[in-house]
Amino acid sequence: MKRRPKLAVWKFASCDGCQLSLLDCEDELLALTERIEIAYFMEASRATVRGPYDLSLVEGSITTPYDIKRIQKIRRSSKFLVAIGACATAGGIQALRNFTEVEKYLPLVYARPEYIHTLEKSSPIAAQVPVDFELRGCPINKIQLLELISAFLQGRRPNIHPYSVCWECKMRGNICVMVAHGIPCLGPVTHAGCGALCPTYQRGCYGCFGPKETPNPASLSARLRALGVPEDDLVRLYRTFNAEAEPFRQESAAHE
Amino acid sequence: MSKTIKVDYLARVEGEGALYIRIKDDRVTQVQLKIFEPPRFFEAFLQGRKFTEAPDITARICGICPVAYQMSSVHAMEQLLGLKVEGPLRELRRLIYCGEWIESHGLHVYMLHAPDFLGYADALQMARDYPEVVKRGLKLKQIGNELVALVGGREVHPINVRVGGFYSVPRKKDLVPMVEKLKWARDAALETVRWVGTFDFPPVEPEYEFVSLRHPQEYPFNEGRLVSNKGLDIAVDDFENHFEEEHVPYTTALHSVIKARGAYYVGPMARYNNNFDLLPSGVQAAAQEAGLTSFCRNPFQSIIVRSVEILYACEESLRIIDQYEQPDRPYLEAEPRAGVGHGISEAPRGSLYHRYRIDDQGVIQEAKIVPPTSQNQKTVESDLYQVAVQNLHLPEDQLTWLCEQAIRNYDPCISCSVHFLKLHLERH
Repeated sequence: MKRRPKLAVWKFASCDGCQLSLLDCEDELLALTERIEIAYFMEASRATVRGPYDLSLVEGSITTPYDIKRIQKIRRSSKFLVAIGACATAGGIQALRNFTEVEKYLPLVYARPEYIHTLEKSSPIAAQVPVDFELRGCPINKIQLLELISAFLQGRRPNIHPYSVCWECKMRGNICVMVAHGIPCLGPVTHAGCGALCPTYQRGCYGCFGPKETPNPASLSARLRALGVPEDDLVRLYRTFNAEAEPFRQESAAHE
Repeated sequence: MSKTIKVDYLARVEGEGALYIRIKDDRVTQVQLKIFEPPRFFEAFLQGRKFTEAPDITARICGICPVAYQMSSVHAMEQLLGLKVEGPLRELRRLIYCGEWIESHGLHVYMLHAPDFLGYADALQMARDYPEVVKRGLKLKQIGNELVALVGGREVHPINVRVGGFYSVPRKKDLVPMVEKLKWARDAALETVRWVGTFDFPPVEPEYEFVSLRHPQEYPFNEGRLVSNKGLDIAVDDFENHFEEEHVPYTTALHSVIKARGAYYVGPMARYNNNFDLLPSGVQAAAQEAGLTSFCRNPFQSIIVRSVEILYACEESLRIIDQYEQPDRPYLEAEPRAGVGHGISEAPRGSLYHRYRIDDQGVIQEAKIVPPTSQNQKTVESDLYQVAVQNLHLPEDQLTWLCEQAIRNYDPCISCSVHFLKLHLERH
């Protein structure tokens, strides 16, 4: 029998939701393990297989000096390394610390801040080591995760589109919440992948999947301003789970 | 003679943590549950955010129980604003919470905890010998996820929950297709209760103080008073007058204690013990058939209690869908005003406390979040002490595994508590 490729799942600062998406593939999980060996996945198993690994899925952002060393070691033992989710691709919600001084945060949460070791900034995986692919979303979409693993097994590029949420919204046949109801929506600048969930539920997109390819957030902001969105709300709108993604970071700063 | 046993990264829990046990001259001298998950500072960056953003932002604390964070936050905000969400909107909140209990308990019972009792490293290895059992667990978990996604938009970090209600509400005909699935899930949950009832449970029965919500008419999700088996009976607002958090050097999670009394226990066993009389008679009968009485003190039997709660959540979902009528409006308007609000809801792992102070523009000035795992941390350590003392005769690898199992009794969510596991057993 041909050797099954080895899959490893790694966690950094995160909520565990993206790696949970793998366990949420209830229909596919057992079949998947026939094609790929789950060699390292601490959330699911106390058994671990030594590297090197053929495919590493990395969840979470880098926030401690120790984690910088850990990701470098993981990179060295991984043939393909894929960052999964907004924490790993853009620093996550915890990157909100990058817009202030982290020393100010510590005493707000911890009575004895001297016990805590942390970096000033929360950074995406690609800021520390070369990354072979980034799967977006807060959380990632499990169908896209399966597509990614299938593509890896077949030796092809994953069929994941970098266009906007608006595309998915139109394909679903939704009525535009911004045009029809004046609801502020980040759909025009946000990377597809969720299936335009929020507009389908009558709310504006809030940007979980981060910026699409070549976005034009300045133009969207002008429209949002015309809808009556105040400047400080614009800052908040771009500054959530993908706050550190460059186009969103710049646009939020422009309204400060 | 002294000795150390080590495990560096505890598996089958959510997040990163370790345990350190020191044994000297056949005495356990030190037990530390270490949480090395890096801190993410949620309470800090909630300052300056709009009150309406709290459910979306706090959901990101935990990918396994985002609904709990959304529920505690919206109830805190609604208390602050004087809003009372009632009728079908209130029922929909219970329904999405049922989905999260089924999904989260299903994951823990089948994939994280049962392998310990049957001697497997994980559920996938267990599936080689028990394929139909593991498939049943996966399908049960899937139905829980479907329920969350149906009401909330998606299973991880639902998008449909807002202060005052929901962005949009399902029509009756959207919910009806779940009925057949939930009937299957109810039968599967009953089989789960019977199955886990046959496991061997180490004889450990500490004197815990069990803390949970209690509501006069129903098994608790979102409302009620915080009660215990040792006389605690307080309004949610009074939480910080009775509980406090300690910061200890070896962990990034804060330890919670009841003032003047110390460690306590939150989670399914606490809810069950404080609310057994409110479970439907069929669910009570299933629990008793599986070997429980109306009060359970063996933490290893939490797997039975969790299964009983899956059964309850299936029955409750079926009741809610049967009686559901689509409300006229998906939400109540929420106009900001300055004040302080408190919320406690029953996350799969136990009571989850939120407090917010906002200004008259609706901007959050202060936030405090006390997750279940940090409340249980001290109790987990005392369980470990007792389990280690009782089992010093075991070979090192067996003792280590048993200690891991004792931690997993709590379904600890380390990502939540950091605002948590590695295992070091040290024998000297």
